[in-house]
Amino acid sequence: MVYITRKVEFSASHLYHNPQFSAEENRRVFGKCNNPHGHGHNYVLEVTVAGEPDPRTGMVLDLKELKGILQREILDRMDHRFLNYEVPELAGKIPTTETIAMTIWTLLEPHINHRKQGRLHRVRLYETPDLYVDCLGNGQ
Amino acid sequence: MKVVLHRRYRFSASHRLHQSAAAGWTEEENRRVYGKCAHPYGHGHNYILDVSVSGPVDPATGMITNLPELDGFVEREILAEFDHAYLNEQVAAFRDEVPTAENICRVVFDRLRAYPHARLEAIGIEETGANSFEYTGE
Repeated sequence: MVYITRKVEFSASHLYHNPQFSAEENRRVFGKCNNPHGHGHNYVLEVTVAGEPDPRTGMVLDLKELKGILQREILDRMDHRFLNYEVPELAGKIPTTETIAMTIWTLLEPHINHRKQGRLHRVRLYETPDLYVDCLGNGQ
Repeated sequence: MKVVLHRRYRFSASHRLHQSAAAGWTEEENRRVYGKCAHPYGHGHNYILDVSVSGPVDPATGMITNLPELDGFVEREILAEFDHAYLNEQVAAFRDEVPTAENICRVVFDRLRAYPHARLEAIGIEETGANSFEYTGE
C-alpha cells in the first residue's frame, strides 16, 4: 500500500453560533469565535489517498486529476468565502475544523473512491499550525 | 466517521540523559550511549507537544471537545510543571526514569489519558525540528 498526499490552501471566514443557545451561552461556549461579523483563517488541507500503484503508470492516481478534484470540489466552493453563508453544505452547521473536515471528506469521497485504484484515506485540515483535525472516514 | 483533533503546545525544558551508578551504569557507558546528552549540567530544548483526541462531534457545537477545556487540562497537568523546568529534578517521574523524548511521551500520555471529555489517541513530542516521537498507549 502506498499513501500519496496532496496539499492545498484556502482562506475563508466563519463564525460559531448556535441559534438554539442563548446569547450568553453562545459567548460562553464559543468565546471569540462567536463574534457576529466572523473572522478568518488560512486553512491548509492535506488529502491522502491510499492504494497500490497501477503497474502500467506507476501511479496510485494521477496527481493532476486529484489537483483538479480539489480545485473543483473544495477551492472553488470554499476559497475566499464566508463558510456559514456561502457554502451550502455547511448551512445551519457550526463550521468548526471538525465539521469542515467531515464535509470535505463527504465531498471528495465519491470523486476518488469510484476508480479502480486508490481510496480516500485521510483528510487533514489545519485551521492554524497548532490546531488541526484528521477525518478518517468510517471504520478506520 | 472517525475524527481526531490535534492540538500543539510548546514548552522549553532542560534534561540530562544519564543513568546512575546505583542503576549499574559507569560514566564511560553513559558517555558511550548518550554522548553529549550525558554532559553533567544538562541541556535544553524547545519541545512541541502534539495532543490528539477523538470522539463524537457534538452537533450542537460542532466540536469533539471545547478547546479551552483541553488547553486548561494540558496547562494544569503538563505545561505548568514542565515548562522552564529541569525535567530530571523537577518532574517526579523522571527521578527514576531517564527523560528521553520516548519517556516524555509515555509520562505525558499517562497523565493526559484522564481527560474526561474525549478519548486520548496519541502524544507526539518534537524535541527538535529533526526528531519527533509518537506514543499511542500500546
